Formats: sequence, structure tokens, C-alpha cells
Amino acid sequence: MLTGQFGNASSIHHFGQTAKQKLESARRDLAALLQCHPTEIVWTSGGTESNNLAIFGIVGEGQHVVTTAIEHPAVLEPCSRLDVTVVPVGASCIVDPDDVRKAIRPGKTALVSVMHVNNETGVIQPLDEIAKVAHAAGALLHVDGVQAVGKIAVDATVADLYSVSGHKLYAPKGIGALYVRKGVKLQPRTFGGHQERDRRPGTENVAGAVALGRAARMIFDQGLPSPELRDRLERGVLERVPFASVNCAGSPRVPNTSNIRFEGIEGEPMVIALDLKGFAVSSGAACSSGAVEPSHVLTAMGLSKEDARSCLRISLGRSNTEAQVDALIEATAQAAHHLHRLAPVHV
Amino acid sequence: MSGGVDSSTVAAMLHRDGKNIVGMTMQLWNQRRLPELVPDGPTGRCCSLDDVYDARYVAEKLGIPYYVVNFEKRFEQQVVKPFIDEYLAGRTPIPCTLCNNHIKFDQFLEMAAGVHADYVATGHYAQIDYHEASGRYRMKRAVDSAKDQTYFLFGLTQQQLSRTLFPLGGMTKPQVRELARELNVPIYSKPDSQEICFVPNGDYAAFIDSYFKEQGITPPQATGEIVSEQGTVLGEHSGVHHYTVGQRKGLGIAAKEPLYVIATEPATQRVIVGSGDSLLRTNMAVKDVNWISVAPITAPVRATVRIRNKHLPAPATVMPTSDPARVEVRFDEPQRAITPGQGAVMYDGDVVLGGGWID
Repeated sequence: MLTGQFGNASSIHHFGQTAKQKLESARRDLAALLQCHPTEIVWTSGGTESNNLAIFGIVGEGQHVVTTAIEHPAVLEPCSRLDVTVVPVGASCIVDPDDVRKAIRPGKTALVSVMHVNNETGVIQPLDEIAKVAHAAGALLHVDGVQAVGKIAVDATVADLYSVSGHKLYAPKGIGALYVRKGVKLQPRTFGGHQERDRRPGTENVAGAVALGRAARMIFDQGLPSPELRDRLERGVLERVPFASVNCAGSPRVPNTSNIRFEGIEGEPMVIALDLKGFAVSSGAACSSGAVEPSHVLTAMGLSKEDARSCLRISLGRSNTEAQVDALIEATAQAAHHLHRLAPVHV
Repeated sequence: MSGGVDSSTVAAMLHRDGKNIVGMTMQLWNQRRLPELVPDGPTGRCCSLDDVYDARYVAEKLGIPYYVVNFEKRFEQQVVKPFIDEYLAGRTPIPCTLCNNHIKFDQFLEMAAGVHADYVATGHYAQIDYHEASGRYRMKRAVDSAKDQTYFLFGLTQQQLSRTLFPLGGMTKPQVRELARELNVPIYSKPDSQEICFVPNGDYAAFIDSYFKEQGITPPQATGEIVSEQGTVLGEHSGVHHYTVGQRKGLGIAAKEPLYVIATEPATQRVIVGSGDSLLRTNMAVKDVNWISVAPITAPVRATVRIRNKHLPAPATVMPTSDPARVEVRFDEPQRAITPGQGAVMYDGDVVLGGGWID
């Protein structure tokens, strides 16, 4: 796409037409995965833009938005600039639809924004019930689906708006999409063109969109991952490390994400020790310098900052193997026991 | 790796020598806090994104693993808060020493052990050797006396010294810059940092005021009297933490001879001022003494004692007390502005015997 079919998809000439065809073909592929109509897909630069576009594109002056304490900052921060009510969660990391109902102010609440899958715990949210609650009160539902697409079956039409990030499903960084249900009036955030049916003016990232379409097709063809490797990982770590426990083990979760707490030790040196052995895992959230901050999701679930610091998030990909998982279990157990021996009393 | 020339050069030296190294930068303070102190934004200062960028760039050039580790919470608890408490108690603290004792050579050593590192190497200017006869790790002044940082390192224990490397202790700063250039350290010409890293422009009083505001704490009664040594009220002030012993500027009092702050009294909110001669003292007590190159003393010893970073160590007799962590120091000649809260570091020539806090 970058060397052979580099036309501008808005141009009349054949270079542009070829690019336009590829762009629309990719749109159809992504729509098929999301179970929606291709015209309901708006290309964006990624999940953050999709979320911002959905929130600011719907919630107008004097209107109210409801979201949850476990959302990604790409939802929480736009909402914090509006009149917002943030619904809490408990240790299960599941949003209670009844809490959403109580937070809605009928006639004033324009939008409810809830994530499909929490990025840190992997917990799946009850979207059907939340959609009923939102719609009953006349509000639209936006779902941040960044962590769901490619991991579980997605029907974007449960919501009125649904955010997708390309690099979470093997497309490159810098491409994303927003599903906008037909009939939903979305105010654009950029001006200066008619691309994406006036919903997202600006020359499209054709190469990125084509890659996202290809990724969607791959997932469509290959199917969804199974939890076997994740379960093997959790079983192995729990067997080897008596002070480990899996967060939200009893909640419905995506099959590839595991959040494990290692009581009494710090996650930060664990992450570094594992990285030095070639395993890329995470703990908390990275701040702008790259340092680790305690996860706002885990603290929202009721963990203390200290306990939140002792948690590790491990995500498995489609290409991971049993042997790799076994090596990770071994390395994790070694690092955990080493740090446990060193752990000072203050933790 | 602070992003400065010194620690960057240390990384480059160890890498040149074939050591298996990991670069780390400590995130100590969120520069987005207290924005009113830095109207132009938090760039170009310690723990700023610019410094992290530089450190990351050096690590990338060397091809070594690199991480930013977050010690903000502990830095606030063990450096920033004690720093404020000391000022409010009428003392003049040294946050760099607290940071060395509680963060750099404590929590950071823990982090290093956690990732199986045998040693921590830093860009400090000081020397460490192992003395066979006494079985102790000793600390010596840096070859570059202008850069010597032993004044800030008196709290290091034998355990900490055994795992610490100061590769720059035997070099002068110009030599370090030259070596940085030779080793292609990309930031070899970056200026030295000067101020207390978390206090913009050295204005610690403004920092304390802003911090209280951020925390929603009402500062202790702000105003009080400026009095002479005889108790005559000469003026008013806006808080004892704005004053430090020996300070001359900013008193706002017209007088025939220059006036200096002789002492601050938090209990009465008074700042006592007097002539330069009144700042001279011969004796002081030093608490929380950490002995480095020698075992705790049991009899008076002769030493030179430094009472400020820029102070020329002065000859004195150091006497033990019934409390092994406390000594009395009697200088041969009176010393100017002995300031409670500052460190007192005792030397035998270039060897650091130990140090503590002026009480």
C-alpha cells in the first residue's frame, strides 16, 4: 500500500480510486468482525481518538455523561472535562448495571461510556444489561472495545458507539476505528473535509486501515483464542508461588489476560527482572517518563496502593506456545521467590 | 542515570569495560505538581521528561537495557516531608543527604538486588576502598575537591558501601567531560545541575508554601517577630521557614551594621538577628552519627570537621558522649554560622571518619 497503491482515497484519478477500493474493502472486513454495516465504521488514529470522538461528539453543552472507575484514561480524561458521574466497581471488577441506572439523570445524561473488557484484569462487562439501562433513560451507550476485539465475540450493535484500536489486534499502531450506529448524530472533532461521511474529516490512513482490515479478516478466519494457555500459566504460577493469587479469577474474563498478585513484593522489579530475561509483562500504568504508577483500576476495585503495586499483568498472544508459557512460569516463580526473600518488612 | 554527564559517563565507562549493566533512572518527584512554581513548565529540571529523554538516549547509544523506576512515594515521605518539617522546626535541612540515605543507597539498592545486580554504580564524586586491617569499607574525598560529594554521603553504612561503586571518584570534572566525549556520550556538554532537584530556582520557602496549599494544610502560624539578641523587636517576618542561620539578605531591617540571622525559634515564632560576630561558635553537638571508616570512637579524636558543603573542614576535637550515636565537637577556632539541621562530616585528611546532623 505504501509503495504501489499510494493514491489519496479522495482523488478522482485511478490511483485514488484503487486506494478507495482498498479502504472500503478493509471497512467491510472490519464491519464483518464487529457484526455491523460498513457505513457505520469511521476510521480514526486509534483507540484514544475513537473514545474522544465518541464522547465529545455526543455529549453537548449542559449534558451529562456516566462512566466507570475502571475505564482507560482515554475515556476517563475526556469525561473529566464534562459533567460526569463515575460509577464505582467492587473486587469483581464488574460494573453493576443498577449502579449505572442510578447514576443516569434522565433527560440530562446524553451518554453512558463503559468498556467491554477491562484492560488490566481482562474482566468482561455486562453490556446487554447496561445498554438496556442506558436506552431506557434515553441515553446513548458508548463502549470502549479496545481490549475485546480479537479476544471474544463482538457485536458492536449492542452499543451506539464502539471503539477499536488496531494494534490490539495485530494491526500497526496509528490506526483505529469507531463504530457509529446508523442514525446517531455525531459531531466531528476535526474540520476541513468530508471524509468518513463528515464524521472524521482528514485524509484517511489508507495503509493503516488496510492493515486493520487484514487483521480483522485474520481473526474472522482463525477464530478466537482459547483460555488453555492462560489457565496453564495461572495454574503453574499458583502451584509454584504460594503467596500468589489471581485477581478477578471468578469473573468472566477474556482468554488471554491474567492479573496476578504477589503478596508482599513489588511488581516493578518483577517486571524488570522478567524483561531482562525476555518476558514482556507489566505492572500498573506507565506514566509519561516510563515509571510505573499504581493501577487506578486495581485501586478502584478496593486494593490498597501497596497491594496494587504487587500485581503483575500478563497478556498472551496468538503465537505463544506451551513451552514459552512454561518458561514464563519458571522465570516468574524465580523472580517472585527472589524478591520475597529480599522483601523488607515495610511492604 | 539522571540524564546528566556524570552518571552517563559512568554507564559508558562500565560498558567500555565489558560489565553487564542495566541503566535505571529514579523518578522521584512529579514535576507536574505545584505548577505555580514553574510558570514556564517543568522542563530542564531533575526528574523532568527532558532528563529521562537524555538518559534513555545514552542507554540506547550504549545498547544497554534501561528502565525508569518510580520512587515518588518514598521520596515524598522520606525526603520532602522531613525537609519541610526541619524548616518549620527552625533548622536548615539537606535533602540530598536524606535522599542518599533513604532512596539512592537504600530503596535503589533493594531494586538492584531485586533484579540480581551485584553493584550499584553512580556518578557521585567520592572514593570507596576496602581497608584490610580494619575490615571496613572506607570513604575518601574525591580527587576533584571542587566536586567532592562526601559531605552528602556520610550516612552510608558498611553494607551499602560494599555494594556501591563510584567510578568518578578518581577523576576531575574536566577529565570526566573529556572521557564522555571520547566514549561518544551524546550529552557530554550538558551543563551541571545545581539546585535541590525538586525545588525550582532554589526557592524552598515558596516550595513549602505551595506544598501546603496542594495538601490543603494550613501552615503553622506564619508571621512573627524579628528580634535582636537583646530581645528588642526590630520587625516582622512571614514565617520562620523563610530564614536560615547566617542569612543576611531579605531581613528588611535598616541597621548601622549588617545584620544576620543568628537563630530561629519556632516555639515563639521569633527570628533572632545580630552582628556577624554573633554567628561565631566553637562547640556543637552532632546527633545520629554514622561511622564509616572507623569504628565508633570511645575516646576524643582529632579531626577536621565540615559543617556545610562549601565549608573548609576545620580542625577540631571530637568527643564521644554516653550516647554512641552522639558526639560533641570543639573547634580549635570559632566557626561562623553553625546551622542546626545541616550535616557535620568528620575527616582524617581525605578519609571520611563519619558524620551526623548538627543538633
